[in-house]
Amino acid sequence: MTADWPILSMSIWLPILGGLAVLGSGDKAPGVTRWLALIVALLTLLVTLPLWIGFDTGTAQMQFVEQVEWVPAFDAWYRLGVDGISMPLIILTAFVSVLVIIAAWQVIQYKPHQYLAAFLIMEGVMIGVFSALDAMLFYVFWEAMLIPMFLVIGVWGGPNRVYATIKFFLYTFLGSVFMLVALVYMYFKSGSMDILAFHDLKLGLTEQILIFLAFLLAFAVKVPMWPVHTWLPDAHVEAPTGGSVILAAIMLKIGGYGFLRFSLPITPDASSELDWLLILLSLVAVVYIGFVALVQQDMKKLIAYSSIAHMGFVTLGFFIVFILLQKGGDGALLGLEGGMVQMVSHGFISAAMFLSVGVLYDRLHSRQITDYGGVVNTMPWFAAFMVFFAMANAGLPGTSGFVGEFMVILASFQANFWYAFLAATTLIIGAAYTLWMVKRVVFGDVASDGVAQLKDINGREALVLGVLAAAVLALGLWPAPLIDVMEATLHQLVNHIAVSKL
Amino acid sequence: MGFDAAHLQGLAPEIFLASAACLVLLIDVFLKDRYRMTTYGLSLVSLAVTAALTIWGSSDATEVLWSGGYIRDPMSDALKVAACLVAMLAFVYAKDYLRDRDLFKGEYFVMGLFAVLGGLVMISANGFLTLYLGLELLSLCLFAMVAFDRDSPQGAEAAVKYFVLGALSSGMLLYGISIIYGVTGALDFPSVAQSLMHADQSEDTVLIFGLVFVVIGVAFKFGAVPFHMWVPDVYHGAPTPVALFLSSAPKIAAFGLAIRMLVEGLGGLQGGWEGWQGMLIILAVASMAVGNIVAIAQSNVKRMLAYSTVGHMGFIFLGILTVDVDGYAAAMFYTIVYSLMAAGGFGMLSMLSRKGFDAQEMDDLKGLNERSPWLAFMMLLIMFSMAGVPPTVGFFAKLFIIESVISADMTWLALVAVFFSVIAAFYYLRVVKVLYFDKPVTTAPITASLDTQMAMSLNGVTVLLLGIFPAALLAVCRTAFGV
Repeated sequence: MTADWPILSMSIWLPILGGLAVLGSGDKAPGVTRWLALIVALLTLLVTLPLWIGFDTGTAQMQFVEQVEWVPAFDAWYRLGVDGISMPLIILTAFVSVLVIIAAWQVIQYKPHQYLAAFLIMEGVMIGVFSALDAMLFYVFWEAMLIPMFLVIGVWGGPNRVYATIKFFLYTFLGSVFMLVALVYMYFKSGSMDILAFHDLKLGLTEQILIFLAFLLAFAVKVPMWPVHTWLPDAHVEAPTGGSVILAAIMLKIGGYGFLRFSLPITPDASSELDWLLILLSLVAVVYIGFVALVQQDMKKLIAYSSIAHMGFVTLGFFIVFILLQKGGDGALLGLEGGMVQMVSHGFISAAMFLSVGVLYDRLHSRQITDYGGVVNTMPWFAAFMVFFAMANAGLPGTSGFVGEFMVILASFQANFWYAFLAATTLIIGAAYTLWMVKRVVFGDVASDGVAQLKDINGREALVLGVLAAAVLALGLWPAPLIDVMEATLHQLVNHIAVSKL
Repeated sequence: MGFDAAHLQGLAPEIFLASAACLVLLIDVFLKDRYRMTTYGLSLVSLAVTAALTIWGSSDATEVLWSGGYIRDPMSDALKVAACLVAMLAFVYAKDYLRDRDLFKGEYFVMGLFAVLGGLVMISANGFLTLYLGLELLSLCLFAMVAFDRDSPQGAEAAVKYFVLGALSSGMLLYGISIIYGVTGALDFPSVAQSLMHADQSEDTVLIFGLVFVVIGVAFKFGAVPFHMWVPDVYHGAPTPVALFLSSAPKIAAFGLAIRMLVEGLGGLQGGWEGWQGMLIILAVASMAVGNIVAIAQSNVKRMLAYSTVGHMGFIFLGILTVDVDGYAAAMFYTIVYSLMAAGGFGMLSMLSRKGFDAQEMDDLKGLNERSPWLAFMMLLIMFSMAGVPPTVGFFAKLFIIESVISADMTWLALVAVFFSVIAAFYYLRVVKVLYFDKPVTTAPITASLDTQMAMSLNGVTVLLLGIFPAALLAVCRTAFGV
């Protein structure tokens, strides 16, 4: 299906060009700059909506396809398209970007035009990552994404920002260059840079394993999976609120997306061969990182570790599929769907959690749990939101956090009781670290004069948190629309990986 | 073959440039100091016309001229145009710097023009003698340019160092050439290649012996490890615009030298570890390792860029050692892109310098984003391009090299190369960190004139645009090798 309008190109280039315009507007009139940035972000969200409305849920084919020749010498095309995996993530990106721009309204006073421009450009590039169907194009977007994030953390970050941002950049860069070698290798095997052609490429087991490991390096760093997760807490702690939100809500998802778009379909036999490793790492993330989160003193660090634990569910859902396929295929779809729902849901919840911490940080300039206590007395509205999001983070039924986790646990039950058992401990550990933090921050007596003088959230903050709360609730109560969108694509993916390439 | 006037046309760019350089020298003698801009303008025009003449005379055909001493083919056309354009950029960046230091003399530009002429001759050489002629013309001009600031002890030291080591390497090259001449009895590349095909087994040792010296000569010109010792000292000691010039047009000429001599002349000696392929593998890996690791330890940006040059040269060798037209095209792409990036990097340093102050320490770049966001952004693009991060063109330069290396079944080399690129990313990131994350040490306004600023903008934007649309330049490089 070819759209009349190049919707995907518009969603990519509108924020990028808009970001350049914002950059060009300079720091003379920050008010104008902010409105301009907001209008660009809203327009982008508007442009991406037809992707949802016009999406044909009945097919696993790529939709809204565009292609233009790009580098003929390597048969690389500017080739875009979406399916049920990428489309929801694109909408999520556009949605969260709007919130980030609003959240930065009064908070960012140092060179706001550069800050907003960085986020808009990043938005376009991330949409590019999700919609690229050409390996070279994908890689260009994938790496280009690092530059604005590097600057955002480095310029607007906390005291230890230089260390954190260079670590972030080098970790991701190291992971991805090996993916590049793998992509180039497959280009020579298939004679094309088309990702879909890679899907059908026959590869031997050794080749598959090497390619799988190269991809694993790239995606595991991005997700991040234990033990290459250490950049994430550093980056989150130092990043400004907006940076943390984008990092947690979108960038981590790109790792998960990579597994679905590359690892599983291109190297199904290697994935099947090495699924124990991925399941092991996922369970370590869920259990061990959960315990690590429990002892954190810094709220942002705590949420960062909780992100790693939640992303462990995503990778668990993706890789138990192989066990389920061997057992006859029941529940394989459930695992993938659970992982996907978890990604979208975590996009909302982690964004909301980081924004909540941002609200507190803007007032008291501290992220230490011990500096707070009794916030509910002075900020009742905020406390309500924070408690709600904490419940969602802990996986309370009725919120989106529950749906994904439940589906993954259900699927892992069919695979192996112990996987499900370990995964289910998150319901306890997750509740422990999140609710304990909320207890210490929100409830209790007013801890200090600072807390006593806190002002409740203003309209802008209420709007951002309210929208997110609505999204969390909607997805929690009625996840069917999201699942419908993914169904056909994931079904086809399950069928694809069930067939050996050997 | 006797004199054929038709041959003159193929040489039109070189003939024009030689005459123009002499003319500029003559005119300059009669100019008063305040009219020195005339010399500058005329030099730029000469280079532009040379480039235009090259384009005008270009065709897909290969012409061998002057009794086989000279060759004009698509590769030479493309390299010559690139060399002229980058040299123009280097002149523009040099103007302010030289004027602030009372170095704004006609000789700088005249020597620059002759150096470019030497480069063009190297690019078009079809035999050892022509090649050596061009090389010496280029080198002599560069030696003098390095010593251009005669009151600077570092400049003099760098010039002497460069001269002594350069003379030594030229001697080695000549020695290697003489041995190969002794075996093959030919000086022009096609005949050398011809007789290598029929060479006796017993002559192998002698040929390899000669080859080693030739490769040393090439490695010295590129500044590849272990023949890189002159690079940091010369770049550091020379005035910034000269360091800029050194890393621009001469590198393009050096690429021409490598292709003409190793591929077209000594192609028969490439074979495996015993031929130049193996030697280049060692040089390439050593250059990438030493260049990129030592660059991390530098606090002086000029030295850092010098070591980074060493690393980049390793990458260019990777393309050449694939012994495949794809690899040559990739290496050519890399060379051109590199010269553009290096021009931008050094150009930025000379722009930030002012009367009595040379920007060359890392601290001098601090907080550039506060002083001039646009210039900081240009430098950001150039640094990310050198690091090979998309969407800048440096990424494609590295990608094409990696592709050619993998297609030559040397995936391990590709892995080594990407590994060292990650290491290299660290020190480029550090420059970006200084530009954006640190507070400025000085608030002195940036005094660069408008044309310099425009050249810098053009340079930075080109790095970005070529990164988004790399196909055209790649097509030029691939046509050069008939791919």
